[in-house]
Amino acid sequence: MSFVSRGFHGKRREDADPARVPPGQYVTADFPVLSAGPTPHRSLDVWNFSIDGEVDEPRGWTWQEFRALPSEEVTVDIHCVTKWSKLDTMWRGVSVDTLLDGIDTSAEFVVEYSDGGYTTNLPLEDVTGGKAWVVYEYGGEQLEPEHGGPARMLVPHLYFWKSAKWVRGLRLSATDEPGFWETNGYHNYGDPWKEQRYWGD
Amino acid sequence: MEGTALLGRLTWQHAEVVESTVETARVKTVAFDVPDWPGHRAGQHVDIRLTADDGYQAERSYSIGSAPAGTRVELTIERLDDGEVSPYLTDELRPRDTIELRGPIGGYFVWEPAQGGPLFLVAGGSGVVPLMAMIRVRASAGSDAETRLLFSSRSWDDVIYRDELERLQDDHLSVVHTLTRAQPPGWTGYSRRVDADMLTELAPSVAERPHVYVCGPTPFVEAVAEALVQLGHEPKMIKTERFGATGG
Repeated sequence: MSFVSRGFHGKRREDADPARVPPGQYVTADFPVLSAGPTPHRSLDVWNFSIDGEVDEPRGWTWQEFRALPSEEVTVDIHCVTKWSKLDTMWRGVSVDTLLDGIDTSAEFVVEYSDGGYTTNLPLEDVTGGKAWVVYEYGGEQLEPEHGGPARMLVPHLYFWKSAKWVRGLRLSATDEPGFWETNGYHNYGDPWKEQRYWGD
Repeated sequence: MEGTALLGRLTWQHAEVVESTVETARVKTVAFDVPDWPGHRAGQHVDIRLTADDGYQAERSYSIGSAPAGTRVELTIERLDDGEVSPYLTDELRPRDTIELRGPIGGYFVWEPAQGGPLFLVAGGSGVVPLMAMIRVRASAGSDAETRLLFSSRSWDDVIYRDELERLQDDHLSVVHTLTRAQPPGWTGYSRRVDADMLTELAPSVAERPHVYVCGPTPFVEAVAEALVQLGHEPKMIKTERFGATGG
């Protein structure tokens, strides 16, 4: 480490295991909110969730049907590209494996799409195998709209912009289609442990 | 704007402090010289990285306050008392010190003179910084885009860029302050949080399809964006940037 910032000592947190904090991140106890526009408010009466795109038969669930699916409680660390990480966050929702169960597809990519027009793209294998959920509870409470309620994606092994708020569906695709932040300067994949924040990282 | 954000890899560069200016009791502007700076658009931000002598590093993002001007980049930083990085930047850093910086970053919360107006900017506290970059770019480009800044501060002494904003006002740029905690004697302006009535009075009409940029603390941005949607503005015309007072 050749470069040193004169007079900088930093505030290392004693209570956070450094092995759980990716490079360039700091641990926060708060839950900051980041969104590019107004928070959408979708009535549960008209909310639904879809699996579509490269599938023989698209699938859809109403809110009630979705809530009747088997759910899991997940405790994970999350990492936002704006530098904060939050450890041991608790969620409840439906595994994407459950949503895709029995689906026959040749797709290798998926686009999460949301109320408000937000999209984010990732390889299909990054949302299968117990790596991703559609969650509707945070910390034992109903998920607040500003944090993505009624339901958001949870893909904790990637930077948190890959966990779309207000998610309404997954579109399976044979080709990789860069989403909202991915076309606005942010990395196409977003692995926090490789610090893949921006284009070219 | 999509796809035009930035090209190539953003490498860490050494940025030398050339000037540090007091804006308010809690806010300073630090000007850096960044030799390979590629230029930026109003609204973009940078990442900065500090390294302690044992190798420990901290990174944070800060909005750029200045209009593009060669290799000079100005950040305006609010000191958060329990923060890790902002007290260092505001209290410790002095001219000829060097930090590491990379950018510019972000391709969405940006405005360029070619987009025209009307422009409606709503700032809460240090959320004014990226909006000030837009106002400065507008001025330096000689744009006459109809522009209004609604700026919420705690008190008159907490108004960041106060004198420059006074100077820049013209027939097409108006600045409206609201002071939420304390007002100077004889204050006739707004003295409450931004609300729907205030936005009704000050925002361009929905029919004019204003470009709206809102920046401030999360509850401020949530309330303002929500009220603007209720007034009939299209969500996609409302661009937001939120910051939480966390660890900065």
